[in-house]
Amino acid sequence: MSMPTPFMADRRIGKALANLLMRNHIWVFLTLAILVFSFSSPYFLTLNNLGNVLTQGAFIGILAVGMTMVMINGEIDLSVGATLALASALAIGLQDSIGVWPAVFTGFLSGVALGALNGTLVALSGMHSFIVTLGALIGIRGLVFVYSGENALMVTDFSYTEYPEIYLGPVSLTAIIFFALALFFQWVLTSTRHGRETYAVGDNIEAANDAGIKIKRHKVINFTICGAMAAIAGILLSMRLGTAEPNAGRIWELWTIIAVVLGGTRLIGGFGNMWMTIGGVLTLAVLRNGLRLLNTPNYVELMVMGGVLILALSLDKLLAHKGVH
Amino acid sequence: MDTVLSVSKVTKTFPGVKALDAVSFDIRAGEVHALVGENGAGKSTLMKVLAGLHAPDGGEIIHQGEPIRVNSPLEARRRGILLIHQELSLSPELSVAENIYLGAWPTNALGVLRKRKLRRDAQAALDALGSDIRPESRVGDLSIARQQMVEVARAQAFNANVAIFDEPTASLTDAEKDQLFKTIRALQDRGVGVVYISHKMDEIFEITDRITVLRDGQVQGTVETAETDVGSITRMMIGRELESYFHRAQEKFGDEALRVEGLTKAGLFSDVSFSVRAGEVLGLYGLVGAGRSEVVETIFGVRQADSGKLFWQGQEVSFPTPRQAIDMGLSLVPESRKEQGLVLNMGGRENTSLPHLLDFSRMTVMDRAKELRTFDEYRALLEIKTTGPEQPVSTLSGGNQQKFVLAKWLCAAPKLIILDEPTRGIDVGSKSAIHELIAGLAEKGLAVIVISSEMPEVLGISHRVLAMAEGRLVAEFKETEMSEENLINAVSRHKPTPALTMTAAE
Repeated sequence: MSMPTPFMADRRIGKALANLLMRNHIWVFLTLAILVFSFSSPYFLTLNNLGNVLTQGAFIGILAVGMTMVMINGEIDLSVGATLALASALAIGLQDSIGVWPAVFTGFLSGVALGALNGTLVALSGMHSFIVTLGALIGIRGLVFVYSGENALMVTDFSYTEYPEIYLGPVSLTAIIFFALALFFQWVLTSTRHGRETYAVGDNIEAANDAGIKIKRHKVINFTICGAMAAIAGILLSMRLGTAEPNAGRIWELWTIIAVVLGGTRLIGGFGNMWMTIGGVLTLAVLRNGLRLLNTPNYVELMVMGGVLILALSLDKLLAHKGVH
Repeated sequence: MDTVLSVSKVTKTFPGVKALDAVSFDIRAGEVHALVGENGAGKSTLMKVLAGLHAPDGGEIIHQGEPIRVNSPLEARRRGILLIHQELSLSPELSVAENIYLGAWPTNALGVLRKRKLRRDAQAALDALGSDIRPESRVGDLSIARQQMVEVARAQAFNANVAIFDEPTASLTDAEKDQLFKTIRALQDRGVGVVYISHKMDEIFEITDRITVLRDGQVQGTVETAETDVGSITRMMIGRELESYFHRAQEKFGDEALRVEGLTKAGLFSDVSFSVRAGEVLGLYGLVGAGRSEVVETIFGVRQADSGKLFWQGQEVSFPTPRQAIDMGLSLVPESRKEQGLVLNMGGRENTSLPHLLDFSRMTVMDRAKELRTFDEYRALLEIKTTGPEQPVSTLSGGNQQKFVLAKWLCAAPKLIILDEPTRGIDVGSKSAIHELIAGLAEKGLAVIVISSEMPEVLGISHRVLAMAEGRLVAEFKETEMSEENLINAVSRHKPTPALTMTAAE
């Protein structure tokens, strides 16, 4: 649209600002949350507590790294919570028969295999990933119960639980792994052919197809990454808890999706990145931690979280409208 | 000149239709070859066969001397056959450079992108076309014209020997069109065979060397552009003589239907005042981006004005949402059929009754018999070619889709109908039918406002023409003063600077 000249300069600055806010709204939100909790609880802004926030957030965070890949690709994976439970159960349950590290490796492979299976089913059947992975969510959870005999599996060698007790200052190994994975996959997204083509497929699948991009291959790869991330989160969780609950990771797929979307990654694909996801994950973790420090009853916490999610997304929508059109 | 691509006796059948019937034609290196025909004549099918999107059932395609079978767009592109889509085939979130080389990004052995090479190569392709687009810009931030240039740069980057342009000027302003033509000539000078598909005769006669006419899936003939004229091409396309291309309604004006006073919306248009009477066809001419659509959308309640007044049949009114406007008897037929006008997966029956479900239902239960009666009535009235009330409109030709858009708004029996680019992208025969229809509506006492970028159309069907430029009404012409020259003068005096048109969004 062409418009009178005097408006142009003003509009352009405003537009750039709105764009910046629109694309980074999650950090504004995170800052606000940190400010609010710092003033309302004396325990919040301590090194120890912030370290805890990172560790608590890292599990959802690692799941969110895989979910971001899948979502930018234009798909969704609902089975990450169940995959996490399976990997965790295998990593602990197999230790007595095949040893600690082979068990961990098997747990990891189970995630990779299930991710690849999800991806292949989505790519070959043409079914929507929502349906495919909803089936996987139910089926894998069933498998976990069958494998564990409906009981929590316990480690016998407690040195297993000491692995994640490595700290860099207040930052736990789990949190370090989350950040390392996020940074690595951010690099994959921006600098590798697979990463950029993931955007191309999610953004305009027809254009990608016409350009000869191998859509199915990218989908399989991203679901495999997502499964692998779920397995890593599951293994780290089993190390931290020393047990594998068959119910572990229940509805975590929802928290993961919330974290990713909260960050600003687009649910329909083509837009987003790991920085946004880190922002979303941290915001979610800060909210949970802060509300707990304030002794908020569990269910009130859920209500607040739900409200915040909708608020953050409406803010995103509002800024998006002002920014571009 | 050498023949770069030749098509011989290519046949393609879809269920129930022979889309291409032993089609033969050839493209020479360095020529611009127009492919014309009414909608449904087989142009798009032929183009898709060439670009590897459809496999032909029979016949042969010979490219640079050897018979080929292209079964994917990638394969076609490797051979240097590139299609510049009407609906652009770009990823808005990716950069210009990434889009130019989409699917063929340079990487090292580990699959890591060679970003600098990508950028450099893209820059070279853009430079060769004389374009100042920056390779790192996000494609979604570019105007349609510049996005199209990105697709053309693709042809340059892949060293195309055949470039197929499908309706490339459908959403361009005149300045942008000139720029595009310059680019096409640059490709031509480099020996690229250009196929140019368009409905716009003036463009075809401006840029092409030869014209191939298709009708009902068959080639009617290939002629040198210099040795023919619009009349004979039109005759070849429709197989009959069009007595008069335009139909102007007889003048039987009634009372004033709508008056607009000082309508202003910051950044879009300002101080727009006009009126239209019952039985009158008012043309609204202007370049794309002049604010025409925004004005009528504001009248209709899609947007809210900052200031200004509306009078409907003498009474001051305001329309907070389109619902109030519809209830008063206004109809707006929007510009883009696919985005605003039709639910593509629904059939003609549902599309026709969609905005008026209250009239088609009893206590919220749909009256299907009434819907079907209305559908049949409009199918007959507008001569819509469809297999039945449930055929999804997505499978109809552009002309027939447009007729359903009209049907949908006409069955509300409006008193004022606003038509935004009613004949954009549809073939000559359907155009003429729609013009006739518009004249018929006015003669029945409707007030009609027609927005069009096609000057002959505006001049041919309106009783009065308003010219718009840069968000302002710049001139008004009565029937006796209407001429292409006057219109061009009126809008070009206010033509925005090129820099402005280039950077402006949308």
